Amino acid sequence: MNKWFKSGSPWIWLSAGGVSLSLISVIGLLWLIASRGLSYFWPAEVYQFELLDQKGKASTVIGEIYDRESIPSKQLSHLELNLDPKQETVERLLVKTGNRELVSLDFRWILVPEITKQSTPEKLVVIERRTNGNFYGYIEEVILDGKVVSLEQMPVLLERVLEFQEEIEALQKVDIGAINYQLERLRLRERKYKLSGDYTAQKEQDISLKVAQLEAEYQTLEKSLLLLREKVSRDEIKMKAMDGQIVSINFADILKVSTNNQMNLFDKLGMFFSQIASFIVDDPREANTEGGVFPAIFGTVLMVLLMTVIVSPMGVIAAIYLHEYAGNNALTKLLRIAVINLAGVPSIVYGVFGLGFFVYMVGGSLDQIFYPETLPSPTFGTPGVMWSAITLAILTLPVVIVSTEEGLSRIPSAMRHGSLALGATKVETLWRIILPIASPAIMTGIILAIARAAGEVAPLMLVGVVKMAPNLPLDGNFPFLHLDRKFMHLGFHIYDVGFQSPNVEAARPLVYATALLLVTIIVALNMTAVSIRNKLREKYRMLEH
Amino acid sequence: MAIALKSTGIRQVKNSLAKWLITLGGISVLFTLVLIFMYLLYVIKPIFESAEITKVTSFSIKNDQAVLATGLDELQELVYTIDGNGDINYYPLTSLKQKVDVNNESTRVFQQSLSENKLVQVIDAGTDHKLLLDELGNVSLVSPKFQSIYDSGSREVIPNITFPLGEDFIPVDEQGIGFTHLSFAMDDERAVFVGYTKDQRLIKTTLIAEDDFSYDPAYEIEYQQIELANNQVNNILLSPDLAMAFIRSEDQVLVFDLSDDMDVKLKATIIPQLAQNRANPMHLTSMALLSGGSSILLGDSDGIVSQWFEVATDNGREFKQVRTFNVSDSEAVSKIYTEQYRKSFYTITESGDVGSFYTTSEADLWGGNLTGNIPDSFVISPRADGLLMFNENNFQLFSVKNEHPEVTWKALWQEVWYEGYPEPEYIWQSTSGSDDFEGKFSLVPISFGTMKAALYAMLFAVPIALTAAIYTAYFMTPGLRKKVKPTIELMEALPTVILGFLAGLWLAPIVETNLPAIALLFILLPISVFVTAFVWHNLPKNIKNQIPETWAPIILVPVLILVAYISFSLSPLMETYFFGGDVRQFITNDLGIDFDQRNALVVGIAMGFAVIPTIFSMAEDAIFSVPKHLTSGSLALGATQWQTLIKVVLLTASPGIFSAIMMGLGRAVGETMIVLMATGNTPILDWSIFQGMRTLAANIAVEMPESEVGSSHYRILFLAAFVLFVFTFVFNTLAEFIRQRLREKYSSL
Repeated sequence: MNKWFKSGSPWIWLSAGGVSLSLISVIGLLWLIASRGLSYFWPAEVYQFELLDQKGKASTVIGEIYDRESIPSKQLSHLELNLDPKQETVERLLVKTGNRELVSLDFRWILVPEITKQSTPEKLVVIERRTNGNFYGYIEEVILDGKVVSLEQMPVLLERVLEFQEEIEALQKVDIGAINYQLERLRLRERKYKLSGDYTAQKEQDISLKVAQLEAEYQTLEKSLLLLREKVSRDEIKMKAMDGQIVSINFADILKVSTNNQMNLFDKLGMFFSQIASFIVDDPREANTEGGVFPAIFGTVLMVLLMTVIVSPMGVIAAIYLHEYAGNNALTKLLRIAVINLAGVPSIVYGVFGLGFFVYMVGGSLDQIFYPETLPSPTFGTPGVMWSAITLAILTLPVVIVSTEEGLSRIPSAMRHGSLALGATKVETLWRIILPIASPAIMTGIILAIARAAGEVAPLMLVGVVKMAPNLPLDGNFPFLHLDRKFMHLGFHIYDVGFQSPNVEAARPLVYATALLLVTIIVALNMTAVSIRNKLREKYRMLEH
Repeated sequence: MAIALKSTGIRQVKNSLAKWLITLGGISVLFTLVLIFMYLLYVIKPIFESAEITKVTSFSIKNDQAVLATGLDELQELVYTIDGNGDINYYPLTSLKQKVDVNNESTRVFQQSLSENKLVQVIDAGTDHKLLLDELGNVSLVSPKFQSIYDSGSREVIPNITFPLGEDFIPVDEQGIGFTHLSFAMDDERAVFVGYTKDQRLIKTTLIAEDDFSYDPAYEIEYQQIELANNQVNNILLSPDLAMAFIRSEDQVLVFDLSDDMDVKLKATIIPQLAQNRANPMHLTSMALLSGGSSILLGDSDGIVSQWFEVATDNGREFKQVRTFNVSDSEAVSKIYTEQYRKSFYTITESGDVGSFYTTSEADLWGGNLTGNIPDSFVISPRADGLLMFNENNFQLFSVKNEHPEVTWKALWQEVWYEGYPEPEYIWQSTSGSDDFEGKFSLVPISFGTMKAALYAMLFAVPIALTAAIYTAYFMTPGLRKKVKPTIELMEALPTVILGFLAGLWLAPIVETNLPAIALLFILLPISVFVTAFVWHNLPKNIKNQIPETWAPIILVPVLILVAYISFSLSPLMETYFFGGDVRQFITNDLGIDFDQRNALVVGIAMGFAVIPTIFSMAEDAIFSVPKHLTSGSLALGATQWQTLIKVVLLTASPGIFSAIMMGLGRAVGETMIVLMATGNTPILDWSIFQGMRTLAANIAVEMPESEVGSSHYRILFLAAFVLFVFTFVFNTLAEFIRQRLREKYSSL
């Protein structure tokens, strides 16, 4: 035993333990996010529990099981349960009961010893609604325009309502949105004329004519909107909740009616994928705690693209300078220290810098020069997608530089010499020989920069991200790309919904789903980058011999 | 050939042009870093500048009456005087402001009579209020406010005089004898006068509003007499909340409690310790109430101003001398003037030396002589950006540049005694709901929080990351290493917002409910590794040959998972048997330690995970690139693997390992989202592992969006960012420097 200790073998094993722990934590973390995130989309069984509490009162609870845990029975001693004294722990279930209009909390803990009967009745229905969350219960009757009709009619009625809803949405967002946008622009133009002092009668007439035209258009649109709204709210459904109450739900409120307990595996799989799809393409509802994350995905992608446009040329040029032009002098050493430090400066510092310098200083000056008509409300002097992209471009600059430089340093010098010997200038060598060969390395750098930017939240909280953006930064109104707008971001969405929303418990599954989406994007990007780099290394190794 | 030559010129131009462009692009990286540094400094700089007072203009007015009071509007466009005739006269300033040091004359633009009788005294009575005392001993409250009128792009300020207690004069003294000293304060329901009459009575007169003074001046009047031991009154002040009256009587200050309408009681007596052992005894010479009304400033003939406020002690609340300011070495403090909204004050001595001070930060902001004498009237402009002095029909206007008096290096990093606190403390409390709140900006608690978070993270991360790096670089087979290394490095790419979210919403409740299991894990995990190693050591040879020892990390994975599972299953049992059923209650009640759900333990684990890949990756590189001939030599001389590792490899790679830890520390210090989400963000000074913290980075993220641009708070947050910047700059540069040296050493080996 002593000899074994002296050989150092236990210490080697201990260091192996470090590797195991790291591996467990990485894979465990990914597994945790994946399982929790995916289970959000999986149609869960809906249970009906018959409960009998210690006072002998019976009640019924209908809902999905969210979580289960066992707690020491001593912690429940104040409840005076009839427990086996030898029993050390008690199991309890967290049940999502929905029906927010009937009960104050849509989650409740129930103790397993209190359950007398547990079943999954096939007729139980889950209704996904636009407001107030899910409803769990039994369908009593379907009412078409005041008359009771058979249950079979329901899918048809639902289909009809959903079509109308889409029309309403298009009308509101696209047509009415465009009119409002144009009206606002006309108002600004009027102010601009007034400020510059050449607001002639001719111009005034022009503008008021256009305003009148737009307002007339608005009136007709509003009429058709009202008509559609009326059509949508024609039918309703009567539901029996867990405590026997009858609740009527208007079809205008219903998104989906599903009978999870009747589904077989294939039905569930189908619904699973359709839920994932609607998560990605839908807009959020209920203060972001329900619905999809489309605006957040869109905002993240747009901001990252803008950032890429800025960071790629800058990073590549800096790397070329460092590797091809810079001499071995103090300036080069300073530059390298600058690159290392840009990589190491905490991201929040970039946020502070971006807010102070870009938003308030540069943006404020831009407003003074180009947008005096909107002042005092700022255009670029307020956080927005452009400032976020620029701030993150500085933050990810070292990633591109380091990766590109590594690629450049792997190109054998024979290639440069060959090109130069044939009479090409240095720029021609760079442009025609070096850069094409180094392009995979540059790609790697850009992908890594994108992955970094997609996951960064702290600086964005200062320079442009918001909880809920009313308009996407890209839409059908001229000039289409609105760089001054604020945007939504997946990472911030996680922080906001997970920590700032009023009902964290209800929102948590959605946060896991969002986290899964973000992790998938980032891990995929990273793996692509790493595999490109590895292939590249192999290629150069072959070139060298 | 000819064609090639022809294009050479253009090609050369292109070549050199590209060279310049690329050089410019390369240097712009350095420029960016310098820009960040300089910009942060540029924003921070104003908070450390001391005040500046410069003369704007001076002008005289024509007036044959004695001027009793002056005032000016907040934009500094109009001044007024109230003279002995009872008239208020307004004079414009705008046109005079450009002409420095010219003795202009200003003509009156507006006049109104405020009183039919001659006035004997005009008393300052708080924000915008002047109390007129006429020769009959009656008073009237006048509020000479201003109104801005905007018309076709231009702005004009016009007078707006109101009488909050009605235009009629009020008989404050029942016997109508008149006052030598009078003080006044009011709120919406009551107006209180405390005065000392010419026949040596100290009286209190209360006007009780029939409804509300803010819209109806009707009142009922009530007279009281206050008993005073020695018939000597030098000065009377009332606190704005109508709770206390301060009466300076020679070298002591009597504090009367006014909160009981029926009975005015002596609450305390402030007796300053004055240096009496000199030839001429020292006396109190002036008194003033600091903004907010809870501190009193006393100036003495030795040129010292002392600040006093109520402090909770073992004997209840007592007035204590909190700090002193040395105004002058030889002269008495003749007058003290306090700012309306900030805890600043101005002093003036007999020879007219003016001093500007800030109480809380103990800042001596400015000193100098402005007029050469004690002016008849000294007015601080409403925005505290100007001083107006009046002497013998001559006005002098000074501009004051003093935006951040509350911030000094000392106030940021040392204990500060705030009003109402029992002792000096380190406090970060930037905002609150009430208006007269004083921001408390001590960077100590949040810097401490940063260090605490980083420390716990490093305690967790360094052992795991280093052991993993050692094994991966030195013992692992190349095939396994190729898979393991990228997997662990993948963790670095995980967004910290996700780690923070998991730490706050998943890990924190688990840690809270399974505390015994977590404690058990720290003991059982290493033990189980040793046990596994021993079992494997004693296994029969043929099994050992089938699974090589290099698979140890894989063998250990199921073992560790099993141990973790056992720990968690044992947790409720341990809770029942050792901690009386509930660990949390045990910790709070029996051990007396406060317990937060989101505490340093959770942050340590979560941020530890974020830091592990940084340290692992760099340390692994350093160990792996130790030249092979060193290890081969050691092994050939008969050293065991372990001995070679400790005595040769780690020693050679130690600078690299050190720089890896530096980089990890740099990352832990600047990490924002994890701390933001996994702690309660309370700025406390406590090393306890069960308590949260607030870090510099999280503090910026929380408060930056709400801070007003250009305010002290905004600039201090920039200072916090600057501190982070400099901190990580030092660590990164150091780590990079060490790494460069190491690389050179390896290549020379």
